Amino acid sequence: MTCQDHKDLMMAYLDDELDDEQKRAFEAHLASCGDCAKDMEEFKKLKRMTDGMALAEPEDRVWDEYWNHTYNRIERGTGWILFSVAAIALLLYGGFELIETIIEDRTVGGLAKVGLLALIGGLAILFVSVLRERIYFWGRDRYKDVRR
Amino acid sequence: MGSVCEENAVALWDSGQSPREAFEAIVKRHMKDAYFIALGLVGNREDALELSQEAFYRAYKHFDQLNSKGKFFPWFYQILRNLCFSHLRKRRVRRDYQLRNAPIGDCRSEIGDSIPGADSQSVISDPLPGDGFDPEMVAERNESKDRVWRAIGQLDEKHREVIVLRHFRDMSYDEMAKVLFCNRGTVTSRLFYARQRLKEILDHEKGGQEQ
Repeated sequence: MTCQDHKDLMMAYLDDELDDEQKRAFEAHLASCGDCAKDMEEFKKLKRMTDGMALAEPEDRVWDEYWNHTYNRIERGTGWILFSVAAIALLLYGGFELIETIIEDRTVGGLAKVGLLALIGGLAILFVSVLRERIYFWGRDRYKDVRR
Repeated sequence: MGSVCEENAVALWDSGQSPREAFEAIVKRHMKDAYFIALGLVGNREDALELSQEAFYRAYKHFDQLNSKGKFFPWFYQILRNLCFSHLRKRRVRRDYQLRNAPIGDCRSEIGDSIPGADSQSVISDPLPGDGFDPEMVAERNESKDRVWRAIGQLDEKHREVIVLRHFRDMSYDEMAKVLFCNRGTVTSRLFYARQRLKEILDHEKGGQEQ
């Protein structure tokens, strides 16, 4: 085994993750390799430093209120989804009703009706085009996970 | 932690309790792990609380994606870590932007506080090391613990993650392999490089202070 192989074992030795046989073999290597023994000492020193650290416990009320805050988030999330779906459906319905009323209204001029239809048609084409582009590039963008 | 990684949450979900009661039990079982892992990754109390609760909300929303044999915690951990890493990236971008737009004098004073020997230009071209890790998160503070904490803040995400799981959540290599969806060898190798990098950062900082 090379020193590089032993370096992988070094971490497991340090964290007491080796079985007895592996431990004995690794200790035999340490006894015969000055470089690995030196590295080991430095890693042990670092481990003592990190082992002595603990993250600060928050106040008890954080745990007491944790579920309530999480549940409020779930409830609000569900509320927003329902609200958004209903708002979109109502807007679409209202929009169609309005267009229908204008088209059927004999007092509105033909030019205004054609303009309104062209406006709606244009918006629909723009929406479909942007949506298609997004879907196309999302599927093929090799760099989408690259950090910006 | 071993039992946490093995626990089958779907069984709890299907145990006849209401979804709210079942999920409440899951949240209460895992909230401390979720909070402390997030705290270790983002280094800020408010953000850790916010991100861990958001991860539970997303887990609830997508619970149907966890198959019947799936263990809850490794699956949940993926949601949590993705949220934390994405939060760190946004924070880094915001920080870089603020540094680029700050007057040179302001940059210089910030550098003086963070990297001994660095000049303002090097920070403008390179992102500031760390993601705003706050040493106040470490219980029983002293100078050397603050130094280690700041050094952990300068590790990249993959390396910081293994240090947090091993040192702050006491996970075994097998448990880490389960939550990271990799093998034991990868865990060992990541820990080796993480500790080596941590050692380099601490040595560099010590060298800078001695100069």
